[in-house]
This record gives sequence, structure tokens and C-alpha cells, in this order.
Amino acid sequence: MSDVLPAVLADLTSGLHRGVVVDSPPGAGKSTLVVRATSSMVSSGQLPLMIVAQTNEQVDDLIARLVPALPPGVGIGRLSAQGYVAPPRVAQHASVTVGSKVADLGPALIVIGTAAKWATLSEGQWPWAIVDEAYQMRSDMLLRIANRFDKALFVGDPGQLDPFSVVESERWTGLTWDPMQSAVAVLLRHNPDLPVHRLPVSWRLPYSAAPVVSQAFYPFAEFTSGTGEGDRRLSLSTSGVGGGAVDAAVEMAAATGWALYELPSQHTLRTDAEAAAACAALAQRVVERGAVAYSEVAPDGAPVTEARVAIGAAHRDQVAAIRSYLPESSEITVDTANRLQGREYDVTIVLHPLSGRRDATAFHLESGRLCVLASRHRHACIVVARAGIPELLDAHPSTEPVHLNVPVKFPDGWEANQAIMAHLHGHRVRDSG
Amino acid sequence: MSALTALARVSAVSSGVAQPIATVRHVHLSSRPLVFVPLALAGEANAPLAALVGSSPDAPQLLFVPQPRNRDQRFEFAAKLAAILLSYVDSFCGETETVPAGRNTEPRERYVDAPQILVPNGGGVGFVRLFGRSTRFRRTEGEYAVDASVPLLGRWLTFFAERSEYPGSSLLVSMTGALSMHWATGQSAVEDANLAALVGWIDPPSGMSGAEAALEAEDPLTWPPAGPATDPTFDNEVLAPAIEAGSLSMLESALRSQLMPTWELMWRGVSLLRGLPPGARVEQRWTADRDAFTGFASYVAEGGYPQAKRDVAVAAAQRLARLERAQALYDAQRAYDDPLLLAEYRLSGEAFAGTVIASSPDRIDDSGKRRVLRPHVTVRSEDPVLLGPGASVVSPARPSQTGSFVSVSGPDVVLELSGGMGRGLTTPPGSVPEVGERLTYTTLTESYQAPAAFPSREETPWTHGGPPVEYVPDDEDAAEDWS
Repeated sequence: MSDVLPAVLADLTSGLHRGVVVDSPPGAGKSTLVVRATSSMVSSGQLPLMIVAQTNEQVDDLIARLVPALPPGVGIGRLSAQGYVAPPRVAQHASVTVGSKVADLGPALIVIGTAAKWATLSEGQWPWAIVDEAYQMRSDMLLRIANRFDKALFVGDPGQLDPFSVVESERWTGLTWDPMQSAVAVLLRHNPDLPVHRLPVSWRLPYSAAPVVSQAFYPFAEFTSGTGEGDRRLSLSTSGVGGGAVDAAVEMAAATGWALYELPSQHTLRTDAEAAAACAALAQRVVERGAVAYSEVAPDGAPVTEARVAIGAAHRDQVAAIRSYLPESSEITVDTANRLQGREYDVTIVLHPLSGRRDATAFHLESGRLCVLASRHRHACIVVARAGIPELLDAHPSTEPVHLNVPVKFPDGWEANQAIMAHLHGHRVRDSG
Repeated sequence: MSALTALARVSAVSSGVAQPIATVRHVHLSSRPLVFVPLALAGEANAPLAALVGSSPDAPQLLFVPQPRNRDQRFEFAAKLAAILLSYVDSFCGETETVPAGRNTEPRERYVDAPQILVPNGGGVGFVRLFGRSTRFRRTEGEYAVDASVPLLGRWLTFFAERSEYPGSSLLVSMTGALSMHWATGQSAVEDANLAALVGWIDPPSGMSGAEAALEAEDPLTWPPAGPATDPTFDNEVLAPAIEAGSLSMLESALRSQLMPTWELMWRGVSLLRGLPPGARVEQRWTADRDAFTGFASYVAEGGYPQAKRDVAVAAAQRLARLERAQALYDAQRAYDDPLLLAEYRLSGEAFAGTVIASSPDRIDDSGKRRVLRPHVTVRSEDPVLLGPGASVVSPARPSQTGSFVSVSGPDVVLELSGGMGRGLTTPPGSVPEVGERLTYTTLTESYQAPAAFPSREETPWTHGGPPVEYVPDDEDAAEDWS
């Protein structure tokens, strides 16, 4: 495996470019790259450094990983909104100073905060910057913070959800600075010569998933799994008695890494009660069956606890519906695709965004949504859907208008959805209802 | 489509008539709106063909272009339209009121009323936008000069079109948009864009169901399209021969026959909307429209440049931020004004209704530097509560008061209240909900949000192409890349 970091840093410090982009498929070690880039910039004196992430959660996670990786004595300033209370993983480090103004951070050479917080600053200039999850950031946010840094490293996953807005934005379609485009898209359109590096290996996705996800969502930026065939196993320590289709789906997922739990075809409300109940039942069944995950990090097996299982859906009301089928004490994560970005679990249950729908809108076809949902797992992914999605897709071919001056974007959501459904067809378990 | 709208559409099908999906009117309706029904020539981008325009149902003025391919005649049409529209706009530039100084603003004058243009459908809004674009950069002297009123018309049309993108604005309103915001029909959203079919569903002629009326509306002989596109059979069999013949009277009667049914539908739409009581916050949004109108009128009076064809990077980002704030405010205001819309949020878990079962109005929080009044109320919810600790909610009954979730146990939600209780340490009567009061709480908020900060145009960063070149008016401004 070639390490891209030296090349990335060489480009960044060469003086030839003001920015460098690193594309990272799901679980390819993006955070690790940010941490390593930071520590090597610290040791070679590329300071002061500003670090931008998109959410407070991401900032805190990054701090928790940065502190142990940096030489002792390197102070980190955590720029935050007023009223922010540092979680223990941040507060426990004496080298981290929290403040809502730069002046409150003392002599910190590394200042880290969310893009929204950085955007409130009207002065100050950092010679170096790292922008994490840059594809999640809308370009209007980059516009607000770009005057704060001189040179920057942009890191992110191009296959994730595109930024969105609740208002009509057609007015700007085709402009190179369209505020609805991601920060990286706009950056590269104005600076087409910036070097773009790519992380080639997903350490998260198992051998069973990397080729599927790579072909469906990254057709021109292939990646492989870091682990080989059979390196990861999921075994069930109890046998299912009378569990029917739920057990069959769990077993299918344990054996092959994928399962499609198919409910009878029906048009439903967004909060399809049967589908929501099935998601909850499958997640609980994985734990009840005593699933044990064998992998390179746990060669002797580690139990798949509730905390290692997640359920993902497209809409918040679906999340709420699914949660209502889980006991209040359950530690199983249930969340929307947006909020699952960047997280990883052993087993995931996915409520397919097109399940039970009568139409396939651009929102539901967006490849990023399905990509996020289908790429959170280390071992297995179970998709819950009403039958008839391939037919629904056939009835709703992409009819989005083609605009002038808009670069063609890959993958196409319609095609990506078809590719995933075609793959899942071989892993189908039917719930006869 | 939300669950309640889906339900309303289903009941519209079974009952045969459109169902209300709002209990109050959410658009402002002027006492003398300018109704504008434009038609464009098929096969050419936004070539004006004819228009009926006027602010009284009995006095529509017909404007038309005798040979729509003749560019000179197009701009003569624009000049005639300008005479009507600009004098309509001017009639509002009279009486003003004084807006007192705000925290960062000087006192200013604002017109007490503003113009309102009503077009039949989204295509009509598109026509206004494109016609504004094709006229606002025209030269008034030299080669291909146009009447001085034409570029001025272009600026105003552009102003109206751009303002219509602003959520909650009522300066330029499409009738199909306004009607389908208040009624759900038993047809698809695409079919709702047909004004005749939509009005047929809402207000069918006696003895006819809405579905039958909508079916009848599909016949272009009885109900010609509401424009800007015309019926192709009309184009071939009536319009083309009339233009060939060069007979003005033939053309005029043909075009009038195409436009009059839509004209009448427009005024039927107006009276349907007038039949609804206005929402409490409609006036507030109209005030923002009046502000925008006053601002643009003085910009024009000072000789400001025509609006740019494209937003530069900073302007685009700023406009998007403004639109997003307006959208959030508009959503909240409509839900506060209208229990039926609030019910949608109850279904999606962003609101809950219930009865107050405990209240401690005089609870003091003394944990901070200063003792503050922070009453607790317990609401027993009838809806599943999907919100959790940390969420903050507002009740439309007391919009200036915020409740933050303290705890949820089963159906009982404990909220800590702040705001809307005066400055003292005792609560004025009625400011805190009492036991037995029925309330709805929602996460939607109309509270003020400070505008986001953006770099100036000259400070546009390298990531966005650097500062744009300064605009210098040019003879070629009216040319398009593709013209």
C-alpha cells in the first residue's frame, strides 16, 4: 500500500499550489490522514495552523485523536460557540483551551473549530489550514472562511451527500461559484490545477462490500478493501428458533455480508410501520443471536453489542418511527444518513430511501444518501425495503434537466441505485407478511 | 407531500371537490392588484405575443404584437406595457409612513402600500423574469434604440421576478401557486398548474363536480391555456392565418378570445382567496414587501444600474443566506397562524399538543450570577413526543417565550420557560400557562437571527475566483451568449 501523505505534504509545501485536495472513500483513513498531516506540519513548523471541521461532534472527535498524536506541550485552541460545554474526551486534556474568541485561546498554535464558527471571525490570518469533510461543506461557507487562511489541505469523501438547501437555487445553476455546490467542487472549478490525491484503500468496508460500493458509487475512483476474503467473519453463537424471515436475513448477512429483507410490495406513508418495525427487529435480533465479529483488530472475536449496531434512514420522522419500536434503554444507534456520515459500526440496518414510495424524487435518488447508508459497516449490512424498487426506478428514469456549464457528475443516482439493487437481489430474504 | 395534504387529496377525489389545506390566507391580496396574463409566441424564446393587463375586472387592456417576429414591434409592445405597469407602480409612490430608527438603522420612510402583480401560473412568473432580462439593458439612443420606458420596465419586471423567489413575498404572485397553497385537489400537482382545472376543482359550476369541471378544462376551445404558451391548434388554424393576413382586427379578436377566459379565472381566483381570512402574520410579511418596494423605488430614482444578469460569488452567497432565513421564518409564521399547518408538524414530530397539568410560575433559578425567573410547566401531550432533552420549543400562543426540555416521562413533558414574562422576579398574570390550558409547542421559531457575515465583493477569496471585475455599462449589455 502506498502512503499518499508524503506526496500530499510535498504538494502543499511546494509553494506551487495554494491548496491540495485528498479524496477519500468511506473508511479509508481520512481522520488518520488529518491527524498525521497535523503532526507532521507541527514538527516541520508549518504553523500556526487552523483546522476546520463541519460539526461540533467532528471537532471534538478530532481533538480527542490529535492530542495523543502531538508532541507534548503543543497547545490546541478549541474555538466554540458560547455555551459550549466540552465533553470529557476534550476536557480531560490540559493542552486544550476552549474559548469563543481567538484572543481567549492564548498562544495556541493549532486552532480548531467548526466552519460555522470560523465564519464568524472577521479578521486574523493563518498561514496553514486543514479543512476536514470538505465535501460536506457548502461553497458559500468556504467563501466566508477562505480569507482566514493562506494555504489549505482539503480532505473529504466525494461520494457523500451533496449539500442542500430548503430554497430554490436554480438561479445559480451553472455558475462556477454556485453556493449550492460543495466547497471542493467550487475550489476546483476556479483552481483546476490544484493537485488531487486519492486514498485507495477502505479499511472499514469488508471484502464483501468494498467492490460493490466502489463500483456503484465511485465508478472512476476505484478502491479496494484493506482486508482480504475471509479476514472478517461474523458468527452467530445461538441458533434461531422460529425467527422466520428475520433470522434468515440475519443469517444471510452473517454469511455473505449483505441481506435484503424484502417486505411485500405496497405504497406506504413515509413512516411505514411494518418497515420500521422490521428495522428494529433485525437490529435487536443481531444482538440477541449473539453475533461475534472476528477481524484483524479482534482475531479472537468481539461480541457485537448494541453500541456496534446502527439503523439508518432517509428522514427524521422515519428515525423516530424506528426508535419507537426499540426499548428506551436500547443503545442501538438510529439516525439519518446526514448524521451517520463519518461513523462506523459492525452491523448496519438500512431502511431503503425508496421503500414504499410511489415516485423517485431527486432527493431519494441522490447517490450520496444510499452511499452513506451502505458504507457504515465493518461486517454486514441488512437493507429493509418494500418489493418493487427496481420497477419503481424503471418507471422513473432520470429526467433532471441538463444545464449549461454544469460539469457532469458521477455517479448517477439512478444508476447507483440500480447497481445496489441488482447486487442485493442475490441476498434477498422475503417476509411474506 | 405531507400526510395531511395526501389525505386532503384523497378526500377531494372521493368528495369530488377540492379540500381546504389552510384555514387562513397566507398571501397578501392587494385591494387593486394588477392582473397580467401574458402570451408568448411558440418557437421563440420569450417573444411576447399578447397580454391582457389591468387592475379592474371590467377593464382589461389588450396589448399585442402584430408581427411577433419583428423585434421593433416587440419593443413597441414593451413600451405600451411600460405605460400601464409603470403608472400602476407610480401610483403607489405617494403616501409614506416613518419607520422609527432601529438598533443599527436610521429612521426611514416607507410607502404605505405597494403594487402587486398577479399572473396565472409559474410560466407567467418566468415570462416576467425573462421579459425583464430582455428589456432592462436596452439602449435608448443610437442603433436599435427603444423608448426610454422600456429599460425602466425591465428593471421593475426584474425586481418583481427576483422578489417572487423570496419566500413569503406577495409582490408577484402566481394564481395557481396561491390557490394550491390553500386547497388540495384530486389531481396531480402537474395538473394543478392548469388554472382552469384548478379553479374547476375548487369552485365547480353548479351541477358539476370538481372532477368534471377539471375534465372540461382540458378542452382548449372552451378553456384556452392560461399562457404564456398557446394552444398549437390555435397557432396553426387561427393565429398564423391572422398574422399572414395582416389584419389587426382579426388578430385582436382572436387573441382576446384566447385571453378572456383566463382573465375571468384570474378574478375568480382573487375572489376565492379573498373569501379566506388573512393570517395574522400576512401583514408583517407585506410590510417587508413594502420595504423592498420602497428601497427599489429609491434605487431606481437615484439612477441605479440595471440588475446584473448573474450574481457574483458574494452576492449569490448572501442572497442564498437571506432566502434561507426568509424560508425558515415563513414556515414558522404560517404554522403559527394556521392550526391546520401546525397539525402537519405534530404529525412529523416537530410539534406536540397537550394540556398543562402542573405549573410553577414563580420558580427562580439562582444557579447563575443573577437570580432569574425560570418557571417550569408540565404538559401532558396527546401526541407522541419525539423531541428530547435539549430541544427548545415555542407555543404560538406566546411566541416570545421559549420552553426548553427538562425531562420527558411518557406523555409528560417538563419545560423550563424563559422570555415573555417581563423583567421582574414575579410573573405578570397570563404570561405563564396555567394548569388546564391547552397548548401546542413546536420547534419552529420566528425569533430574530443575526445575518451571517460575508466578505466584501473586493475581498472575494481565491477559492471563488478572486474579486470580480467592476461593472461598466456597455452597448453590448443586452446581448446574450447565445444571441
